[in-house]
Amino acid sequence: MSKGARAGAVIVSFFAVIGLLVWAVVGYLRTSPPTVSASTSSTPGVVNLTMQTDGAVGVGPHPNWVGYFVQDANGGWHQTTLIQLPANSDIHVTLYEYDSGGTLRNNVWSQVEGTVGNVAYVNGVAESIVNPNTSTGNGIAHSFNVPALGINVPMYGVSGSAKNFCSSGPCNLSEAHTTMTFDFKTGAAGTYRWQCFVPCGLGFLNGNGGPMTALGYMAGFLKVV
Amino acid sequence: MSKVVLDESRSDESTKGHISKILISWAVASIIGMSLVWFVLGPHLPPGTMTDQAAGQQFDIKFVSTLAVPVLFFVWFFFGYSIMKWRVRPGEDPLAGGANIRGNSKAQGTWYILTTVIVLGMAVYGTYFLVVPAGAGGGEGASPIWTPATKNMLQVQVIAQQWRFTYRWPQFGGMETTSLELPLNTEIQFNVTSLDVIHDFWAYQLGVKADANPDYNNIAFAKTQQTGRFVVRCDELCGIWHGAMYNYGNVVSQSQFQTWATNMEKQNAAVTKLLPKYATTYTPSYSGAGGGYYNTATDPNASL
Repeated sequence: MSKGARAGAVIVSFFAVIGLLVWAVVGYLRTSPPTVSASTSSTPGVVNLTMQTDGAVGVGPHPNWVGYFVQDANGGWHQTTLIQLPANSDIHVTLYEYDSGGTLRNNVWSQVEGTVGNVAYVNGVAESIVNPNTSTGNGIAHSFNVPALGINVPMYGVSGSAKNFCSSGPCNLSEAHTTMTFDFKTGAAGTYRWQCFVPCGLGFLNGNGGPMTALGYMAGFLKVV
Repeated sequence: MSKVVLDESRSDESTKGHISKILISWAVASIIGMSLVWFVLGPHLPPGTMTDQAAGQQFDIKFVSTLAVPVLFFVWFFFGYSIMKWRVRPGEDPLAGGANIRGNSKAQGTWYILTTVIVLGMAVYGTYFLVVPAGAGGGEGASPIWTPATKNMLQVQVIAQQWRFTYRWPQFGGMETTSLELPLNTEIQFNVTSLDVIHDFWAYQLGVKADANPDYNNIAFAKTQQTGRFVVRCDELCGIWHGAMYNYGNVVSQSQFQTWATNMEKQNAAVTKLLPKYATTYTPSYSGAGGGYYNTATDPNASL
């Protein structure tokens, strides 16, 4: 091979490697779950937010991870934890919980906090404590916790041995679930971090890795605008 | 190669005259600078005066900053004077050397003694102010040797967990809260621990900073002396949401604190019953969520 050909091969290889690196970095930076807006309701000043938690999201790069789906105004489900809400509004949340549960590492998270009346409705029954020890035996699966707004809502799990247990998301209402409803008020515009406080990242140290750390699974942001 | 020629005319200049000029201008500037740092900048230096520990740290920073002024000015003035006085002027030979360098045992001795006094003095000062104000707000471990004079202290257990702090109050029925309110003019004992990995409780304006280790009680002290808002941050990289692990607290009047604590005790009564009996460390349930990833060899309930 002539000197010129070798030099050309080196230059082409160099730019090919650089191009691949740029492509990978840009692709990674652009990877983000979608932001879903809460849908309006018939009551002025109130918007509806409908979500579900699944034991396995069934889609994306980690189909076996636990995660959230958020419903858009057209009824479509999106695997995401980025939610857009209006500022200074009442948010009516309906949350379908499809995952199995267990005891909490810190039982303080069994208390409902920061919602209107400091209660959540578990299958229609108002509760201020979602007691992992005295529930239907399925413990706490996940929690919806927004530190800056003082919100904590624990969710009862469903039996992992239920015949109609949802093994892969997005789940539907014919499968075993707990329905949680609660209301909270958004404050000023801003971005609020939220996460699950039940270490549910199975297979990771202390259960706090993997989905517990990842956007689109068990941690995200409320974008209040 | 050109030959360097000494400019003998420069060696005729009076050394004493130069030293006097440098010393007088340095002394005047230092007195002004030290006064400005002590009286003007000093009261605004971090971390403020919300607790005795914070005030002590502010005093230390003020003291060291004031001491640094003459040292800094001496370097600046010497260089400034040298540049102005002995620079090469137009028409002079830039390769001509100055006066011959010669030893000066008096200058060297003064330098040795002065730097030794400063360094040793700072060491003594630092050690004294670490010991006297009960550990200077740092975590002293489970058995602190530098403790406040009073034994009547408000106990606050700081429980760090990925990625939030909670607070437990043994003198208020063992309740656990997600917010932190502290009464004015009260000696506080912070018992800092963790539920999972290593965190760090850093209440910046309180002048308190202590590592939070799982299964370990790290004790720090502070006495509140000013009302206001303070921020609590985790200061040990503890995972991907480490940067989001912070909250705000307040130092309030004693009556406001009593009202808050009484209300919280009442509000949290039901969940307090679910908490384990108060202990200086907070060992999570091995069978609890994520518990399967603890070391089962040391799990006391492994056989259950």
